[in-house]
Amino acid sequence: MKNPEAANHSTGRSQYLDDIPALKNTLYGVIFGSPSAHGRIISLDISGALAATGVNAVFTKSDIPGKNDIGGIIPDETLFADEEVHYLGQPVALVVADSEYAARKAAKLIRVSIEELEPVTDPRVAKEKGHLLIPSRTFRMGDVAAAWNECDIVIEGRADCGAQEHLYLETQGAYSWPGDNGAIIIHSSTQSPTLVQKVAARVLALPMNMVEVDVARLGGAFGGKEDQATFVAVMTALAASLLQRPVKITLSRGDDMRMTGKRHPYSADFRIGLTNDYRIKAYSAVLYQNGGAAADLSPAIMERTLFHSTNAYFIPNTEVTVHSCRTNIPPNTAFRGFGAPQGMFVIESAIAKAAAELKVPARIIQQANFLKENDVFQYGQVALDVNIGECFAKLDGEFRIEEIEKEIAEFNSRGTIYRKGMALMPVCFGISFTKTSMNHARALVHIYQDGSIGISTGAVEMGQGVNAKLARVAAGTFSVNPARIKIETTNTTRVANTSPTAASSGADLNGNALLIACNKLAGRLKEAAASLLGCSADEIRLSDEKVLRNGEPTGITWEKLIPEAFLMRIALSENGHYATPVIFFDKSVEKGHPFAYHVYGTAVVTVLLDCLRGTYRTERVLVVHDFGNNINPDIDMGQMEGGVMQGIGWMTMEEVLFDNRGRMLTDSLSTYKVPDIYSAPETSEIRALEKEGPGLALMKSKAIGEPPFMYGIGAYFALQNAISSFNPSWRPDYNAPMTPEKVLMRLYDKK
Amino acid sequence: MVSFILNRELVTTEKSEGSSLLDFLRYDMGLTGTKTGCREGDCGACTVIAGTLNGSTVTYRSAVSCLMPLGNAHGKHIVTIEGINTGHLSHIQQAMVDHDAIQCGFCTPGIVMSLVSESISQRETTRDSAITSMAGNICRCTGYKSIERAAQEIAEALADKDINDPVRWLVEHGQLPDYFLGIPGRLSAIANDREYPAGYNRTAGGSSGSDIRIAGGTDLMVRHADELAESGVIRLSGRKELKGIKTEDGRCIIGASATISEAGESETLKEYFPEISTCIPLIASEPVRNMATIAGNIVNASPIGDMSIILLALNADVTVAGSRTSKVLLLKDLFLGYKKLDMEPEEYLRSISFKYEFARALFSFEKVSRRTHLDIASVNSAIQLRMEGDLIAGCHLSAGGVSPVPLYLSNTSAFLKGRTVSVESLQQANNVMQEEISPISDARGSAEYKRLLLRQLLFAHFMKLFPEKINPDIGKL
Repeated sequence: MKNPEAANHSTGRSQYLDDIPALKNTLYGVIFGSPSAHGRIISLDISGALAATGVNAVFTKSDIPGKNDIGGIIPDETLFADEEVHYLGQPVALVVADSEYAARKAAKLIRVSIEELEPVTDPRVAKEKGHLLIPSRTFRMGDVAAAWNECDIVIEGRADCGAQEHLYLETQGAYSWPGDNGAIIIHSSTQSPTLVQKVAARVLALPMNMVEVDVARLGGAFGGKEDQATFVAVMTALAASLLQRPVKITLSRGDDMRMTGKRHPYSADFRIGLTNDYRIKAYSAVLYQNGGAAADLSPAIMERTLFHSTNAYFIPNTEVTVHSCRTNIPPNTAFRGFGAPQGMFVIESAIAKAAAELKVPARIIQQANFLKENDVFQYGQVALDVNIGECFAKLDGEFRIEEIEKEIAEFNSRGTIYRKGMALMPVCFGISFTKTSMNHARALVHIYQDGSIGISTGAVEMGQGVNAKLARVAAGTFSVNPARIKIETTNTTRVANTSPTAASSGADLNGNALLIACNKLAGRLKEAAASLLGCSADEIRLSDEKVLRNGEPTGITWEKLIPEAFLMRIALSENGHYATPVIFFDKSVEKGHPFAYHVYGTAVVTVLLDCLRGTYRTERVLVVHDFGNNINPDIDMGQMEGGVMQGIGWMTMEEVLFDNRGRMLTDSLSTYKVPDIYSAPETSEIRALEKEGPGLALMKSKAIGEPPFMYGIGAYFALQNAISSFNPSWRPDYNAPMTPEKVLMRLYDKK
Repeated sequence: MVSFILNRELVTTEKSEGSSLLDFLRYDMGLTGTKTGCREGDCGACTVIAGTLNGSTVTYRSAVSCLMPLGNAHGKHIVTIEGINTGHLSHIQQAMVDHDAIQCGFCTPGIVMSLVSESISQRETTRDSAITSMAGNICRCTGYKSIERAAQEIAEALADKDINDPVRWLVEHGQLPDYFLGIPGRLSAIANDREYPAGYNRTAGGSSGSDIRIAGGTDLMVRHADELAESGVIRLSGRKELKGIKTEDGRCIIGASATISEAGESETLKEYFPEISTCIPLIASEPVRNMATIAGNIVNASPIGDMSIILLALNADVTVAGSRTSKVLLLKDLFLGYKKLDMEPEEYLRSISFKYEFARALFSFEKVSRRTHLDIASVNSAIQLRMEGDLIAGCHLSAGGVSPVPLYLSNTSAFLKGRTVSVESLQQANNVMQEEISPISDARGSAEYKRLLLRQLLFAHFMKLFPEKINPDIGKL
């Protein structure tokens, strides 16, 4: 089934936030951000801005009726800077004017005097100074200290991976207006309507029922609108509430890039021990997470780093610690993979380094340590339905990995200016919010008298195709034409207390809630049909818009049944509530069963490197992925290809740079480059592992949003292998992204 | 006052000519299908097509509306996504849907419009040309493979396109609304009523000394959008005498309003400087090339301007005109310092000219950037060589990103002159070159990287031009 919104998107008719027709008297907000990365505010003079043409108001912390607190997990973040500023771009004031242009101009007239303090941008330095966002955490299994002695070889090293800008094409934005009796209506481009509602209520000192949040769709999010859509939305709500006029903010790309957090950069020290048969006996790592100036989602991201720090391998003795470090850059946040890619980059670096030492392809070590059924993860969960070995076997069977290796070795021996490189990238990714209490969702279904169906859930459509999957669930359960179904906007007055649409879980949680609601409704409709036909409901089946009795047509169609049921005073609306069973996690011992299931897969990535110029391209991405019973191959293939490309971008050209004063050097699309159409792999072959999916996945179709991203990590190691082929004296340094600059410097040993 | 046909309607506006077409479309006309992504021509979400009357037909090209000054729309047919919709999806739209080339949909209208510009062009549409048309469109969701598949199908659907009259063909095949057929007639009615006479200073708010001269807008609109929206602008693109690329007395003369796309398509340049075709794809993206002028790339004075680097190696000169005077100087002498030109405020660049010794000359352009396409170079370089037997009889070498100005490497060029082509002479030339450059570390790379990269590009020029002679074991360089 295609994305039901695609046709509308292709005609430009789909409405995104900034496309909502402006109400009369709408005002426009521009945020004034701190010009300094760290300092004490001595004075703030907004008089110039207030006096400027077209300006209606300038708001600062003193205008907040409730709490100046927008922290999600911990209350360590203000809406407007308080006494200190902690990153460059941190919101200090909001200028509201009758046009965005007037507001932008006026914002330049704000004067702030700041006593400069030393900014810290390096997480290791922050740790040294004791600047942690939350206490550090460690996952352990076995006895790592004792295990080193059983190893034939022990390798140590350091690995670093960089930040990544989400670059959702639609920047952050929100549009709010006053409702009745002091209520406020917020249209927000957010993955977390409930979070926006909760924080707006806190800031405005309103009960949550006075704040309505509505989300139609997002022009991309990738995690970047999970927590960080909130401040923009709350600012519009604040201004709309105080001025009693509609207020809109659409961040400029530059403001968006400077003010919002990215994927966390990590720096890590690892130690890995193996026996001569390539079995990893022990692994320890200390990871420094660069959290930025406030916690945001860093604690949860740190947790997922720990969960995935051994990727798809069984390692009997481990000890992995993550320090979540507070630095003077924007608070880093959720981004597809949510800390897992960084954890996996470190273990893959350790394996690559061990492989180089042992003079074998990393693949040999990877293969020798794949998880097996009933192995125990570091965090205590028993691995069930483990598919990593099968994914690898199918990949090897279809694409002949050794032949690819031979082909590359032959190519590299020709002595041209080109070299090729290959890497294998296995992935094991756990599905569920790691915080057990977030794993629940609700759906509200209305069947209208004419047989059309309206569905509301907590899921936000951001291009991932969740609406198509929801429509599929309802169309399947009622056995009606999907054209009857409308997926409504995500609205806090229809579906309350929602979890964000995140963690690849949107379809699983909301789809299962929807399934429950639809099943209840279908049950009632069968009862209604049975009473019309004078038979038992057990004999009734809904099939292809018709009511069947014992498999035979009855002459009753969906269109006839619904008005009849309505006349019979049957409730044609229903709620479904779903909470993932089985899962739990005990943080006091860092053990439990946090994931409903795991997604597995393996990729081969090959690259072609121009050793004269240091430029490269991805030649092949070959994947065998465990989709389960894929209910929507069209949508899932898109998630796969898009995820891989984004992962390759993170590992290659995408580089966020700050100067030593905490100023972002890459705050535009001309300095921060993401893959374009020419950056796509020349060949991309995706195969499904044909295997029954787990019962906890929606219709046994496994979650797809995040896992493919991590196949992109293969591009880094493929490049590293290509460089090594050209310059065997180079000692790989596991420092991503591998930009053309880094490539060239490493080809010629200039660091 | 600006008048143009916007989709089906003739619109006339008093809005400032320096404000962006994008804002006019979205916020004045309510045409929200055109999206705002970056306002610097780097994402393509705001792509529209602009039709210019060309005799009795209209030539359409893609444009990023964020960088198009509203004044430049005058007399044109501006088409947004709303203007190509019919009662059914076009082949382009249907292929995007069928191949799941649409996820969040925010980039989609821009991609569709890029593909429309390709379909409406007077050239054969192939999968590759369809992809080239989208080189300026960033999609963050799909990973592009599905878009490539859609492009393949679109090329197949357009296989029989009549390249002599693509508009009619598309209308007759239900791919464009039929109002397109009436556009040439309607455009000639407005185009005739206003063409600026030479030297006429047209401004929105009356002529004043603070008026900003603007041609394609692709640089000024990025850096000074707000100032342009409120100041008067002097539009150079409307001036007849600044248009065109021609030859005179053995010199190729490029008018100041000639765009980079026009250079790529110019029959004159194809004859005198065929290597231009290898340079063009590395410069900006198709919609930006359609707007950006060669002269603009020079007066922008960016140390890494691609056209500046190419023209330096062609040893071009420039004609700089004031209100009464005009002077000719070598391009290499125009650049005085970082963003500083040997031009007075009232002067403007009128034309560029060069003599290309095509019969005996060799040319190479090299550019390395973080991303190969639609990116600003870390370092770029061009070279023109005139050979006499085995000897280098003439050499013009230039490099960008290694000094405060687009750099003509005088010493290195002089050093190479009179030498034979060999690895040793290149190594020595590199020593001279390293003394001549002064790169700094910035977002486009460290100074050390730029030094190394320029050495590599020097070798790349010669390896490309003399594959038999320069084929060193580059590992030993």
